[in-house]
Amino acid sequence: MVTMTTSQPAVVTLPTDTQILVTREFAAPRHLVWRAYTEPELIAKWWHANRGEILSTEVDLRVGGKWRWVMVTPDGYEVAFTGEYREIVPDQKLVYTEIFEGVPTDPADAAVNTMTFTELDGRTHMVSLTELPSQEARDAILATGMEAGMQDAYDLLEGVAITLT
Amino acid sequence: MPRAATTTDAFNAVAEPRRRQILDALAEGERPVNDLVELLGLGQPQVSKHLRVLREVDLVAFREEGRQRMYRLNGQSLKPIHDWVKTYEESWNERFEVLDEVLEDLKEQENDDGDNDD
Repeated sequence: MVTMTTSQPAVVTLPTDTQILVTREFAAPRHLVWRAYTEPELIAKWWHANRGEILSTEVDLRVGGKWRWVMVTPDGYEVAFTGEYREIVPDQKLVYTEIFEGVPTDPADAAVNTMTFTELDGRTHMVSLTELPSQEARDAILATGMEAGMQDAYDLLEGVAITLT
Repeated sequence: MPRAATTTDAFNAVAEPRRRQILDALAEGERPVNDLVELLGLGQPQVSKHLRVLREVDLVAFREEGRQRMYRLNGQSLKPIHDWVKTYEESWNERFEVLDEVLEDLKEQENDDGDNDD
């Protein structure tokens, strides 16, 4: 397996009480990053984060189209995320809603993710802004990440999944 | 995650936008209370109240200088919050590292396709 050392780690900041901002650079042009985020067979190759098996990566890439990604942990726990595409500018910008099916959520309270991709010298700078309806909802997502850090590798899955892009 | 009362929990203490404004200001250096009052455009009682909350969770400290209280940031107390976000960051990074590999494969494929077309 090729070890990538060219990319800097992601940076997470909290611009407001209800937002999470993640930035990351990829050593690839943005049309490839775009494909990795929007083509089901490519999503299935990375979304598992080496911590489970992908069951489904449905993508209906049009405004109003639904997406639903599901994986199963080694101990059989299913983790499903779903949402709707709101804005699609190929290679450049993707806006979509996101709900973790494990927590019953009114669709009106879904997280809204805005991803933008800019390219410089064949590298892609990705900015992912997640906006939640309340600070409680935002903190719940962050807290899941924290708990994940305290558990062993397999249990990490749930937390990793909840931080899904 | 269970939460403690506002005044005992750094997370809640920084949840208030005005208090974050105070922390941002103090991040640039020590400041007298009057400065903070002016900066925030709030009354002195409100600013003092926010400072008291921040003091109780050790996010800020002060020293007396003449008749003024000089406030400063206590960075160590921000560490739990930093660590909290850090773990979230790490879980993203694990996924992005796998994505890096996928992208590397895609780049190779594209190069191969280019060669075939020539």
